[in-house]
Amino acid sequence: MSGTEAVEQAYRLLQSEAKQKVEAGQEKPVILLGTATCGRAAGALAVLAAFQEEIDKHHLNVVLTETGCMGHCYAEPLAVILKPGYPPLVYGSLDEGKARRLVNDYLVSDDPCYEFAMAALEPNDVFPTFADYPRGIYEHKIILADCGLIDPGEIGHYLARDGYSGLAKVLTTEPDLVIAEIKESKLRGRGGAGFPTGVKWETCKNVPGIPKYAICNADEGDPGAFMDRALLESNPHQVLEGLTIAAYAVGAEQAYIYVRAEYPLAIKRLRTALEQSQGRGLLGRDILGSGFNLEIKLFQGSGAFVCGEETALIASIQGRAGLPNHRPPFPATSGLHGRPTLINNVKTLSYVPHIIRNGASWFRSIGTPNSPGTAVFALAGKVVSTGLAEVPMGTTLRNLVYDVGNGIKNERKFKAVQIGGPSGGCLPESSLDLPIDFDSLQQAGAMMGSGGMVVLDEDDCMVEIARFFVDFTQKESCGKCTFCRLGTKQMLDILAEITRGQGKDEDIDLLQELAEDIKLGSLCGLGKTAPNPVLTTIRYFRPEYEAHIREGRCPALMCKDLISYRIIPEMCSKLCNVCIGSCPVEAIYTRPDMLKGIDPDKCVKCNSCVSACPPQYKAVVKLSPPVVEEVVAEAVEGGGSEVEQGSGADH
Amino acid sequence: MRAMDLIEGEEELIHTAVGAVLQSCGTGRESLIPVLQGVQDRLGYLPRLAMQRIAGDMQLPEVEVFGVGTFYNQFRLNPPGKHRVEVCLGTACHMMGGHIILESFERRLSIHEGETTPDREYSLERVACVGCCALAPVVVVDEKVEAKVSPIRVDGILLTFEIEKKEQETEQQREAEQQREEGREA
Repeated sequence: MSGTEAVEQAYRLLQSEAKQKVEAGQEKPVILLGTATCGRAAGALAVLAAFQEEIDKHHLNVVLTETGCMGHCYAEPLAVILKPGYPPLVYGSLDEGKARRLVNDYLVSDDPCYEFAMAALEPNDVFPTFADYPRGIYEHKIILADCGLIDPGEIGHYLARDGYSGLAKVLTTEPDLVIAEIKESKLRGRGGAGFPTGVKWETCKNVPGIPKYAICNADEGDPGAFMDRALLESNPHQVLEGLTIAAYAVGAEQAYIYVRAEYPLAIKRLRTALEQSQGRGLLGRDILGSGFNLEIKLFQGSGAFVCGEETALIASIQGRAGLPNHRPPFPATSGLHGRPTLINNVKTLSYVPHIIRNGASWFRSIGTPNSPGTAVFALAGKVVSTGLAEVPMGTTLRNLVYDVGNGIKNERKFKAVQIGGPSGGCLPESSLDLPIDFDSLQQAGAMMGSGGMVVLDEDDCMVEIARFFVDFTQKESCGKCTFCRLGTKQMLDILAEITRGQGKDEDIDLLQELAEDIKLGSLCGLGKTAPNPVLTTIRYFRPEYEAHIREGRCPALMCKDLISYRIIPEMCSKLCNVCIGSCPVEAIYTRPDMLKGIDPDKCVKCNSCVSACPPQYKAVVKLSPPVVEEVVAEAVEGGGSEVEQGSGADH
Repeated sequence: MRAMDLIEGEEELIHTAVGAVLQSCGTGRESLIPVLQGVQDRLGYLPRLAMQRIAGDMQLPEVEVFGVGTFYNQFRLNPPGKHRVEVCLGTACHMMGGHIILESFERRLSIHEGETTPDREYSLERVACVGCCALAPVVVVDEKVEAKVSPIRVDGILLTFEIEKKEQETEQQREAEQQREEGREA
């Protein structure tokens, strides 16, 4: 028997074993409950306990499985119930009560509780599927396809869905041919910059000498992006398979996964996955009998945004502060311990098994010619359906915001979308029809970055959002390059002054000048892209900057120093005391005429009274520029002399 | 940031913890970050004494250990409070008012972010995105995620702890009295 056949046979054996086990489980009802971090935050663990308790109470033969995230964060906690004879149904926004009812009404009796159901997973005659909604039409799931539907703690689930078949195929192919396939697919690095993955692999492969290293970059530090976390928590084996294929292609026998310590659940699920694949001979010595060895170690990053940069990440693995180095030499030629090192992002590696399985031309048929494949976005902010969405490259922003995200919350007006986190930029309404891919975003002044996408509405101040991101990069700057270290500090000071209404006319030009200097004078991506949020907000929202500087006015009524609160006498009910109760600092008082007043010295502008005032009154408003109101003496119960003092100041 | 004094018996604790971690992780240069993580896992923070001891045992300059310890956000130089409050300041939370929530905690606890109250009851930290953007603004209190927090909820969270603490104290007092009475009867 040749080596090729031996590998294929070893894989087929593993897969058929897994398939049998999974099929055997399908005869009884299955509940798949999403317990990734986002699900847990919404209360998934309480729902899990309720399901279990109710199942035990009825002595049901039901499989209750914890899975990852399906991407519908707005509807967490979320469960899929598979009952023989019924279509697979997805239930959203669960709580303990609904969980008990589902067990009682659906599993014990036969009422599928359609009122709680979101969609079916397969076409059927009774209930619509996700594909019948706009979100389903625009979504094209490749790397998120199995997330939420398989048990991340059970390798068999992944194997049964053709998992590791890409690895089995690769192990019987020459590394050069594997690299040729990836090059052919035109896969670009999903970490942000979009460098061609195949070229990176080839460079690393062609440097002579051993050892070589392969590293999976799971240091997702962008505030507002969580797709890497979701992938690791929902389908860890997909990443492991991709990393193993990459290591085989470049000839590395030692690999690392650099994962944030802030993701404890991802680390736990990765550990289990590593043990299981080692147990099945898919990792370790002589993988599937092919003679290829690979050891994968987990390294916990310690919370530094800059460590997402390749050279800083390597410094960190070597036990040093994460300071980036000059490139070249690129890590592919001289990286960890001065050896050739391949570094790829979690998402990039997740695509690899699919490309090997389905071929490069399949991958190129999705997306745009220069950016084939799909893009994963973390939709957040003022959009109705927040969560993870995977759409083909070239989808327009409008489709993403209005069809996938279902539009803006509370019927407010769309203002901008912040894309790419601290390295990206804010794109206005006029850019909504822009097809998104690596190149189009760069032209618009933003960046794909990690794929965080925050939708902003008319209540969000663009100067403040620029200040927020510069504050982030300034804190995360490692301090190596002068322009990044001091330049971002200067920018932050100027922006903070503008948000306080102390800006000067020449500040806008100064910001632009500083931005160019920081871009030129920084070594790594953090510094080079740090000015993007400022530059794009100036480019598209200059009038907002000018309103802050010239009129001391914040058009979005967000900047604290430029607003004041006022209770409109004509709208106030007088008999309702909700605002007084809502104020955490006792700044609201009852005036002698029974109207409410706000003491500007005490007010901390926390917005509690605005949200507390009942919608039928809507008496609390924000004013910008701020208007200082006189404090009227407080009413004393039962009236008294103070009433007379106060009444004069009222008019 | 205020540096805090060690409490009684802490010195010994530090030495045992550091010793054990060094033994399991090794003293090579590459182990520095895992060692610091291990020590923080056991002690809850990185006391100055622990960093000095690590530097000595790993034969590194103290400044090197301190440099790495302060470079990464994960490492805490102050002991954590009994209740850990982490305010999410990711993009979505910030836009939904996360900074207002942070200010509310700062006001109520009279400490700044990164600090611990002198009685070591509460510590206040900021985190960059816990990945629950749909539930913004989010606060993680003792590893439990509180969703859609308002300044009023901040007071509510703290009040719950105050009440719990008072109940515990009265309980302890009652037990102590009971013991005293039993002692008297005996």
